[in-house]
Amino acid sequence: MLTRTRDQVSGGMDSVRDRWARASRWERWVVYVALIVAALLLPSQTIGAFMTPQSDWPTVLFYPIGIYILLAIGLNVVVGQAGLLDLGYVAFFAIGGYMMAVVGTKFGWSFWEVLVVGVVASALSGIVLGAPTLRLRGDYLAIVTLGFGEIVRKVAENTDYIGGPRGIAGIPHPPNLTEFEMFGVRPLRYGVLDPRPYYYLLVFIIVLTIIFAKRLENSRVGRSWSAIREDEDAAELMGVPTFKFKLAAFAIGASIGGAAGVVWASKVISIIPANFPFILSATILAAVVLGGSGNIPGVMLGAFLIAWLPERFRALQDYRVLAFGAVLVLMMILRPEGLLPSKRRKAELAEGGGGSGHLGAEVAAPVADSEPETTVGTR
Amino acid sequence: MRRAFPRGLVAAAAASALVLSACGGDDNGGGDTGGGGDKPASVKLGFMGDLTGENSGIVIPPKNGAQMAIDEYNATNPATKIELVPYDSQGVPEQATALAQQALNQDKIVGLVGPAFSGESQQVGPILEEGKIPSVSASATNVTLGEKGWKYWHRILPGDRIQGTGIGEFIARATKAKKVFVIHDNQDYSKGIADFVTEALKGKGVALETDVIDPKASDYSSTVNKVKPAAPDAIFYGGYYAQAGPLLKQLREAGVTARFLSGDGSLDAGLAKGAGGTNADGAIVGCPCLVDPTGEANEKSKKFVDAYKAKFKTAPAIYSAEGYDAATAFVEAIKAGKTTSEDINAFLSTVDVPGVTKQIKFGANGEPAGGDVYVYEFKGQSYTLLGSSKDAEIS
Amino acid sequence: MFENLINQFWPATVDGLSLGAIYALVALGYTMVYGVLRLINFAHSEIFMIGTVAALFTVTTIGVSAPLSGLALIGMLILLAVVGMLVAGASAVALEYVAYRPLRRRGAGRLAALISAIGASLFLQQLFALLVIPRLFDRPQQGGRLPVQSPDWVERSDVISIGDFVVRNDKLLIIIAAVLMMVALDQFVRRTKLGRGIRATAQDPETAVLMGVNIDRIVTATFAIGGAMAGVAAALYLMRFESTHFFVGFLLGIKAFTAAVLGGIGNLRGALVGGFALGLIELYGSVLFGSEWRDVVAFSVLVLVLMFRPSGILGESLQRARA
Repeated sequence: MLTRTRDQVSGGMDSVRDRWARASRWERWVVYVALIVAALLLPSQTIGAFMTPQSDWPTVLFYPIGIYILLAIGLNVVVGQAGLLDLGYVAFFAIGGYMMAVVGTKFGWSFWEVLVVGVVASALSGIVLGAPTLRLRGDYLAIVTLGFGEIVRKVAENTDYIGGPRGIAGIPHPPNLTEFEMFGVRPLRYGVLDPRPYYYLLVFIIVLTIIFAKRLENSRVGRSWSAIREDEDAAELMGVPTFKFKLAAFAIGASIGGAAGVVWASKVISIIPANFPFILSATILAAVVLGGSGNIPGVMLGAFLIAWLPERFRALQDYRVLAFGAVLVLMMILRPEGLLPSKRRKAELAEGGGGSGHLGAEVAAPVADSEPETTVGTR
Repeated sequence: MRRAFPRGLVAAAAASALVLSACGGDDNGGGDTGGGGDKPASVKLGFMGDLTGENSGIVIPPKNGAQMAIDEYNATNPATKIELVPYDSQGVPEQATALAQQALNQDKIVGLVGPAFSGESQQVGPILEEGKIPSVSASATNVTLGEKGWKYWHRILPGDRIQGTGIGEFIARATKAKKVFVIHDNQDYSKGIADFVTEALKGKGVALETDVIDPKASDYSSTVNKVKPAAPDAIFYGGYYAQAGPLLKQLREAGVTARFLSGDGSLDAGLAKGAGGTNADGAIVGCPCLVDPTGEANEKSKKFVDAYKAKFKTAPAIYSAEGYDAATAFVEAIKAGKTTSEDINAFLSTVDVPGVTKQIKFGANGEPAGGDVYVYEFKGQSYTLLGSSKDAEIS
Repeated sequence: MFENLINQFWPATVDGLSLGAIYALVALGYTMVYGVLRLINFAHSEIFMIGTVAALFTVTTIGVSAPLSGLALIGMLILLAVVGMLVAGASAVALEYVAYRPLRRRGAGRLAALISAIGASLFLQQLFALLVIPRLFDRPQQGGRLPVQSPDWVERSDVISIGDFVVRNDKLLIIIAAVLMMVALDQFVRRTKLGRGIRATAQDPETAVLMGVNIDRIVTATFAIGGAMAGVAAALYLMRFESTHFFVGFLLGIKAFTAAVLGGIGNLRGALVGGFALGLIELYGSVLFGSEWRDVVAFSVLVLVLMFRPSGILGESLQRARA
């Protein structure tokens, strides 16, 4: 019975996807605009009463929901598109946050200036991390990136110039642009009490990031990433400069993480190293895989659910993390390709390669089901 | 298939919406009131802290203390009752901010006891400040909180600078140590208090060495290997009992006999348990709090201890009396007829009544007007009050 | 800076080796499962934790009137190791059955398996914190997250002296036990039929199937053995620290996995070498740079080693012919 509902839902999603593929440009734009308007209308208290009855909905919309979505889109570039297993993504979030903190408090720069600096600094750190390590095989990359995440946090803890374990407080908010008021909100005034202006800012950045990532996906860069993800050796043989593109993926993913860090730091105004633990990297990775690695709407949905559900079920209190762990296992058993897998991913899975190229299964399934099959995609 | 899809999906969506709204969800906004001339029948007072997470052991006692103060007041059948609303932040600043927004905007609290930890106080403070909600914390001891110029923030116990200096001076005076080894786990609170102890000791001309442990690791051998050859007269650990206990155990097992001291994070029977056997005997822990399980310190303390034991069936623990005093400050305000948050805040700057731990009175920056650092000595599985750090002697 | 290292050389070395011994035994679980399934078994750290809880429960239930030494200590240690092996091994098999086997049947990718592993890890941590530890040790539910102490059952005494430095009995026992288990496992994998099956599956699963190897049984055996090794590590851990708590596996697991990669993932001897190496690096690094830089030193060394020797110190298992 479970398989039948699963197939029905998959079938449903497939037909939505087919309809979308056939839609004309004009129709697509209408949907995009509608979605953006819907996102802007989300932080209302009536919706909040249902979505998070026990804590403030607009605050939760900013963090964890919005920030997780932005981080998931960034990690999706690294893991979903280029197929690089990164277990230390939180490091780039931390670098962005500390950029905002240090440059904002010690040098007095304003938010928008720091945003540029933060993005550049994170991209650079992505390159610095990637250069020595991207030649390693996938799973080694995992442990090295995990180590890098811990190193960044430890260095922050041990360095008194950036506050040590006390962190940095008094981070400046984005500057107020106008006192313009609309529907009872001052959307461009960044104070302490109202989280909504930060949320709108975040929506703006998320939209820009989605456009950027989508463009990349459909470009030569994105196609190279797909080739690398499916079979790096074959790609190299076909003339794809794999190392360069892997490094680019790392840097781009890092810069998105850094941007998220800058925006978040300017809202919470005080950060400490303990804000950036390994579990956050693992959570974002779970969001990407759960949602459908490689598919932007998928990872957004995954991040939304992973951020929202624990808040919604506060009533469970103690059991939240327990439930989270169980849900992860169950979801992987029932739907390992994620909630909204990309079309390509579905094809890969059907082929038997495990759905993520060289991250796919290499041990044959139990005797009854296995047939020797090559995994180099020829479709 | 195509036709089945929209119906099936809509049905599923509707079903899940129903299920989701059925579970969880709960009371918001219950009775109270807003401004207006008449005194409301009841006001809401919040309590924020880690109620269900790892450190709930030091947050539940002050919550109990606060609850007791509120219940005692409500039992007198006053015109305006108080409802204590708990907010479980699990000590996580991000959760605390979302809850603070909720408390301010939806629940309309008029005051907050807490937040319990300094980390969450840093982030919640600005929100309460702008929202003009007074807070009195019973346990957040970080020094910087009092230095931000917040007008609505108060705490009922002295901060880490006073605690660290008090313990440092105690070490120099009462243990007569010439050389002290200071260890901490590089977290905000731990390093803070270790630094203040170090400063105080330097001022007394004591020789010092330091090292750091990783609170997530179990093996402290590199630190033990540094302490042993240094042969200090005393060791001070800044941090929590979950690490202090095992650290003390590993030190004693390596043959280090120096006296062991720590700050309020270690004031818990868990220190002795973690150290094992009799390793914790003679360990001295300082605290800006008064924990007086037998009610010896004064009359009010005895009354408090008896009432607490009767109500909660367990002896008061760390910060319970402080939680009681913090809530008492609000109770006094409401007794005096103040029921809006601004009025209550104005009252708090003038309140001056005796509490269980000290005189309930706040300075201009929200710090308590008085407050001693007390030292406790461990023996077996429990600790006893030695006295104030200024004059207590080691037996 | 360096004269510190010379002064502290022997204490740092012995402590590093004894810490590394525990890393090595836990690393075995990671490396075996990786060699056979190409899976990073994130939840292996919780298997270790489960082993420590079982051992602690055993010691508490049996009760000791006074700390043990000599033969009595070794006897108790063996008993705890056996309990640890059984409980941890069984837990590992159950873990595989619930969290990984269904994914293998569906042909799900390694990424999905990794997420399932992370979920299983979180689930087990919380399960023990919320339900098992409070029930087993009779405490209120909130106390489940606090450390649990065992009764003092180890009499620590000095055993060998090197100059004016003495080696303590528990540290020496740990090092010896780890080496013994490693030799035993090595022999097992080389000489028994099951061992050959494991090597064959690690080398080329499809051909192994053609040769009549039952993959399911091999996978179960791999998890059981890896878990059993973690169980022994758990008993040794309990001897050294006489306590445990629900989160004890986290950092230790990351370090052990690092050790496995350092030594050459998939390579059993590499796990031993990597474990000891990592322990020594951590201790020497603490002496040289200060304890707060311990982890940074460890991970930096890992990156350096991998840069120059991408398959780890001893290289990947010789049986794996992949580039």
